[in-house]
Amino acid sequence: MSDASSADILSRRKFLGAAGLAGAGAALSSLPAKAESAKPDPAITEVQDWNRYLGDGVQKTPYGMPSKFEKNVVRRDVAWLTASPESSVNFTPLHELDGIITPSGLCFERHHSGVAEINPADHRLMINGLVDKPLVFTMDDLKRMPRVNKIHFLECAANSGMEWRGAQLNGCQFTHGMVHNVMYTGVTLKTVLDEAGIKPNAKWLMLEGADAAGMNRSLPIDKALDDCMIAFGMNGEALRPEQGYPLRAVIPGWEGNLWVKWLRRIEVGDQPWQTREETSKYTDLLADGRSRKHTFIMDAKSVVTNPSPQAPLKYKGRNVLSGFAWSGRGTVKRVDVSMDGGRNWQSARIDGPVFDKSLVRFYVDFDWNGQEMMIQSRAMDSTGYVQPSKDELRKVRGVNSIYHNNGIQTWLVRSSGETENVEIG
Amino acid sequence: MSRLAKLLALALLCGGTAALTIATTSAQQIAARDAGKTPPKLGLGRVALPEEIKAWDTDVRPDGQGLPVGKGTAKQGDAIFQAQCATCHGEFGEGAGRWPVLAGGQGTLKADRPDKTIGSFWPDVSTVFDYIQRAMPYGNARSLSTDDIYALTAYLLSMNDIIKDENFELNETNLASIKMPNATAFFDDDRETSEKQFWKKDPCMADCRAAPKVTGRAMSVDVTPDDKSGPKVE
Repeated sequence: MSDASSADILSRRKFLGAAGLAGAGAALSSLPAKAESAKPDPAITEVQDWNRYLGDGVQKTPYGMPSKFEKNVVRRDVAWLTASPESSVNFTPLHELDGIITPSGLCFERHHSGVAEINPADHRLMINGLVDKPLVFTMDDLKRMPRVNKIHFLECAANSGMEWRGAQLNGCQFTHGMVHNVMYTGVTLKTVLDEAGIKPNAKWLMLEGADAAGMNRSLPIDKALDDCMIAFGMNGEALRPEQGYPLRAVIPGWEGNLWVKWLRRIEVGDQPWQTREETSKYTDLLADGRSRKHTFIMDAKSVVTNPSPQAPLKYKGRNVLSGFAWSGRGTVKRVDVSMDGGRNWQSARIDGPVFDKSLVRFYVDFDWNGQEMMIQSRAMDSTGYVQPSKDELRKVRGVNSIYHNNGIQTWLVRSSGETENVEIG
Repeated sequence: MSRLAKLLALALLCGGTAALTIATTSAQQIAARDAGKTPPKLGLGRVALPEEIKAWDTDVRPDGQGLPVGKGTAKQGDAIFQAQCATCHGEFGEGAGRWPVLAGGQGTLKADRPDKTIGSFWPDVSTVFDYIQRAMPYGNARSLSTDDIYALTAYLLSMNDIIKDENFELNETNLASIKMPNATAFFDDDRETSEKQFWKKDPCMADCRAAPKVTGRAMSVDVTPDDKSGPKVE
């Protein structure tokens, strides 16, 4: 194992400070002191302000916000990734989350021409092409249709795309943060298609956004009629503007780019449109120079979020290892965790609800003696697919695919508790 | 009122045996189709008017469906490109800063660092036209005339040596017939067969590999935020 050079430590400190995490790399605390040898805790023995004076009254914040002590829990971007913030991406702070639901304001953003600001009264959804009757719906029309609620993950096809050639970004927020899990409220895509009546020769749909990119993708009709939705709600309230307010497509288990935001039109056709986003982008270039296209499904994947570089271990003794797993092919059946770089594995404890094409939360409760660890997680889904190692994936895909990197992540936990993104061989 | 109800009402109004028979047949057909797949209509939404469909249905497919009537040459496109596009994409489509490179790169797809451009990578010329029409220029979409879009498409094909003559007129009748160099290199998702080794009944749980060694470290690469230099990602 390589040792940290002084330059490495300096650059890492710079990063931690920049990310608002100064102190996260502080020296490991020893086991908690025994009560009899400790001084009385002033947090207990002194009367605190909040225990004496009145706090804010109701309606101080008509729309409640997180505590000021949670100010580090924010989306972050990687400025050098893209030329312009309007055609860019930021990342969900996975290491700060628990359970399976991503808070709406922390769901990563990916826009192609910025966030379209649309008054729902001015929004229309058109269905045309191979239909009995081309139709236009208002938002009010859609809200008069039979409604459904579903919890699904959305993962950008390029999530972990910066890691194909090796460990590059030091934090699960950056390596895995283009995923979120939300409860959607809306109507099934089938409901609106049935209203227009699709013709027998219909095979593909084109979904188109109202944003300045006119984002559009082709979707096979079988998937559309199977489990897709058009959603106006997320996590119990209206969609956030950056998530497509007032209307977006929900394409469970398939790459995020298909989940067209600010959805304004669905055209029914008999062949794919071969749009910019399904040919020049979101196709997977292999080592032999050929490219796989229509790689819609997101394969099973998992990541340990704690510990991770932004969330180092602080204590010896009792600890909670935690992470997410997901599969676009069905449900997560099992998650295994290794502490020794994949030599030996144990099955993690899955806690909380397990839904189809949704994140699941896993834990390993463990005692740590301060020994260096190489932590990995491996997801298995209901089809029997087992998350491959990064090397297994590179062997069949090369390193220029950009998209669909679901290889097993390794975190090196040093005896100090500091944790870093490493590649192992 | 549902279609079925309307038909029955019509039949009752007509009162004639012949009409009733026709209505019954139609009703049976509808009932049969309902049983198969089509549920009753909700009666929501309204018919899209032709003018409305025309305003939004601008998409273009590889077979040329959707191409508007118009024309343009690479020579005409050059002037428009320099005024509207070169700031980001470079004078010849070589790209400025981190903005997309649009020309060159042919023969690099197997290289260590492939250059994926319109000429080296894109399988369909219709995509160029469609994307310019819906999204370009960046920040002022839908501002170009149809002839401008034909001319810009011609210019980009010319910069990629796909059109040799700068006075060749690209139009709605010949655009779809232009073949792109990398068109045959795409194939449909086959992961379920080509990667079937990833479906395993009993993944190894104990003593699965030799002791691992660290071979690379993100801290050494040092591109986690704060750093201005770094590799490009799409």
